[in-house]
Amino acid sequence: MRSSGVTARATREPVAVKVALTVLALGFLGLFLVVPLVAVFAQALEKGWAAYASALREPMALSAVKLTLLTAGIAVPLNLVFGVAAAWAIAKFEFPGRNALVTLIDLPFGVSPVISGMVFILLFGRQGLLGPWAQAHDLKIVFAVPGLVLATLFVTFPFVARELIPLMQAEGTEEEEAARVLGASGWQMFRRVTLPNIKWGLLYGVILCNARAMGEFGAVSVVSGHIRGKTNTLPLHVEILYNEYQFQAAFAVASVLTLLALVTLLAKTVVEWRGRREVSDVD
Amino acid sequence: MSIEVRNITKSFGSFTAVNDVSLTVPTGELVALLGPSGSGKTSLLRIIAGLEKADRGQVLFEGEDATARDVRHRGVGFVFQHYALFRHMTVFENVAFGLRVRPRARRPAESVVRTKVTDLLKLVQLDWLADRYPSQLSGGQRQRVALARALAVEPRVLLLDEPFGSLDAKVRQELRRWLRRLHDEIRVTSVFVTHDQEEALEVSDRVVVMNQGRVEQIGTPADVFERPATPFVMGFLGNVNMFHGRVEGGRAHLGPLSVDYPEHADLSPRDAQGFARPYELDLAREEAGPGFWATLRHVNPAGAIVKLELEDGEKRLVQVEATREQFEALKPAAGERLYVTPRQVRIFVA
Amino acid sequence: MPVPDRFRKTHSVLPGFGLALGVSVLSLSLIVLLPLSTLFWKSSGLGWSGFWQAVSAPRVVASYKLTFGAALAAAIVNGVFGFIVTWVLVRYRFPGRRLVDALVDFPFALPTAVAGITLTTLYAPNGWLGEPLARLGVKAAFTPLGVTIALTFIGLPFVVRTLQPVLESLDPEVEEAAASLGASRLQTIARVVLPALFPAWLTGVALAFARALGEYGSVVFIAGNMPMKTEITPLLIITKLEQYDYAGATAIAVVTLVASFSMLLAINRLQTWSARLGAAE
Repeated sequence: MRSSGVTARATREPVAVKVALTVLALGFLGLFLVVPLVAVFAQALEKGWAAYASALREPMALSAVKLTLLTAGIAVPLNLVFGVAAAWAIAKFEFPGRNALVTLIDLPFGVSPVISGMVFILLFGRQGLLGPWAQAHDLKIVFAVPGLVLATLFVTFPFVARELIPLMQAEGTEEEEAARVLGASGWQMFRRVTLPNIKWGLLYGVILCNARAMGEFGAVSVVSGHIRGKTNTLPLHVEILYNEYQFQAAFAVASVLTLLALVTLLAKTVVEWRGRREVSDVD
Repeated sequence: MSIEVRNITKSFGSFTAVNDVSLTVPTGELVALLGPSGSGKTSLLRIIAGLEKADRGQVLFEGEDATARDVRHRGVGFVFQHYALFRHMTVFENVAFGLRVRPRARRPAESVVRTKVTDLLKLVQLDWLADRYPSQLSGGQRQRVALARALAVEPRVLLLDEPFGSLDAKVRQELRRWLRRLHDEIRVTSVFVTHDQEEALEVSDRVVVMNQGRVEQIGTPADVFERPATPFVMGFLGNVNMFHGRVEGGRAHLGPLSVDYPEHADLSPRDAQGFARPYELDLAREEAGPGFWATLRHVNPAGAIVKLELEDGEKRLVQVEATREQFEALKPAAGERLYVTPRQVRIFVA
Repeated sequence: MPVPDRFRKTHSVLPGFGLALGVSVLSLSLIVLLPLSTLFWKSSGLGWSGFWQAVSAPRVVASYKLTFGAALAAAIVNGVFGFIVTWVLVRYRFPGRRLVDALVDFPFALPTAVAGITLTTLYAPNGWLGEPLARLGVKAAFTPLGVTIALTFIGLPFVVRTLQPVLESLDPEVEEAAASLGASRLQTIARVVLPALFPAWLTGVALAFARALGEYGSVVFIAGNMPMKTEITPLLIITKLEQYDYAGATAIAVVTLVASFSMLLAINRLQTWSARLGAAE
């Protein structure tokens, strides 16, 4: 007993230090995370539930909800397909240029959201590289829904692949090889062996991708052209309300996005917990 | 089904893993690919399985060229070193996998699958664990599930990569004997890779000793142990005392030892190595035939065999193993000078 | 096994390589590379002197200074508090720890526009936090301080989440060994724990900094956007775009992009270093 007491003292801080550090950490998090979280809902409900509900029922808000769902509904599945494909090629095979591919996939993380939106204006805008072509084919991309989708695809591009690559690398290729030796076709191997092994990581990637897709502001703000009721997603709608000094309404819509963020955090925690439990099961 | 490997070569970058290897495994035999790390044994096994593509050479099953055949259609059962069990499936589902992924036309009915898997689990004595997940099994149990899974597709060839590599010593012993018995029962042509000479000698019908991508010797366990073809085989299969020296005019001068070597009477002097296993050395208090004097440094009397460490005149280690009776008869003390006589010296001329 | 793993997959029996690589490269090219390449196409139209003029105008330089300075200040604040938060989360047990742990990702998950309006409202002179600060004579919203606060908010998870796994995997035996060799707790932390954590910590700080350089949504509301004073670089890009000065906007964007990519490259190096330290143990 005595020796364990000695180690405990030698490898732990005095209680006073512990308490002080904990209070400091929680104070910082409280100030920077909890206060804003509470503030969103407090401001949203400042004028009561009726005002809150009417801000959400307004036609502009509803069309923003629809557009946000549409954008995410297109961007997330596409990124899912891309992410799985990229992770499969990168994690399970060796080929020249593999590291370069990983770096390039991560590029959008390093690009300011403003620039992420701007490149599509440079590409499809009236003076853009493909602008004349788009006009000739009567395609409205910039300041229209396709532009929003493209900008969202750009900013969320790395999310799924990034979650999956390390996971699939860690899992190696033995199980898939075993499935092949046992006669499984490519699809059978993927569906019955690969997919069950990556499902939590995949879900996690999709959740993060979705949160970003629905919440993206800078990039879509640049490409949207702010045509009310037509190219406004929820975050853009929040901005407009705020700039029009309709603070309560802005926060009401913002609270919906905040709830989405909280659900994302919850889902992430659950997925991590499940994933961790399965990993610990294996050992 | 017999396996024939013809002139297989495989390189990874600048590293030649398998270098022009040819061998034949007759139907029903259990063959060990034995060698140290980097000897190419695992690569060869994976090439036979179709998991790896050879740069050159052919693999024939029952005389038929299978080199280009996809791994799915080779009819091999492969047991992976770390088992590669599907961790999200139960033991039962793991074993049933190979049957359930067959094309619909050849897929057995679920009732047939059930009977077959149950029978296999009985064969590997794990039927009581059918509903467990791999993570809930011990290493030895996982190994047996991996084997049952490989056998479920009725492979014509069973390939095992370091089947006992990640198990502890005691379980290893048991599983070895069990694999031997299982093979006697089902008689499927089997090849397993191991770096453990004891394992290879105990379990297999024949041993293929590999080193640096080449085959050093193929033979029965007795062959390779008693009549090693190369110094490498001699050194790899069990403890040896090595004596460096030269052969000249019908004599071999090997360190402290000088013995007749009539095979080399007429040639010019050549470098040579002599080998004697520790149990092939006799100890005495006076000179008795060709031998040398050495000082006893350490005795390890634990076990049926007494292990002695001596030093010759130039402080080189000499290992001797004596039976308990021999030891009791002599009762040597540490520090004592003893005369060492080899009953047999194997000489390899460079 | 003898054959290094990296050689293993060259001739894999696993299917789908061509399809997977094809899909990846095609979507990468269409969605990321082609759009990004327009930046260089557009800015090359300016010529060298035009480019230099666009990126070195006083108003632009002032925005760099603000963006860089605030990003750096925020990264440092996060470096200090992020470390303490990580330490407390990993090493101490207290009620609600898991909740707090989950909450650390809140800035990741919260749309930046929401963060922006919320922080602005909080720190405005009549806000919950702005009012007491104002009484102390401190103006937060619509000043560089406000920008720093917003960037601190969005940068926090980077430091914690980079540091956390490294601290978790730090073998307690190492600290016990140090203690058994006679080191005091402070010495153990200073000489054993901190050096082991340093690469990860620096990576986290660099990530927070890189993110802050390009941040827009959470900053634009609280910044005040006064030219020469509280105008961040990303906003300047938008302003130029709205004035149809595409070439000017592109030139500034290229500068921003080069800055972020250099940061990412440095971070990449850091991570290699960090991994090597980890492997050496």
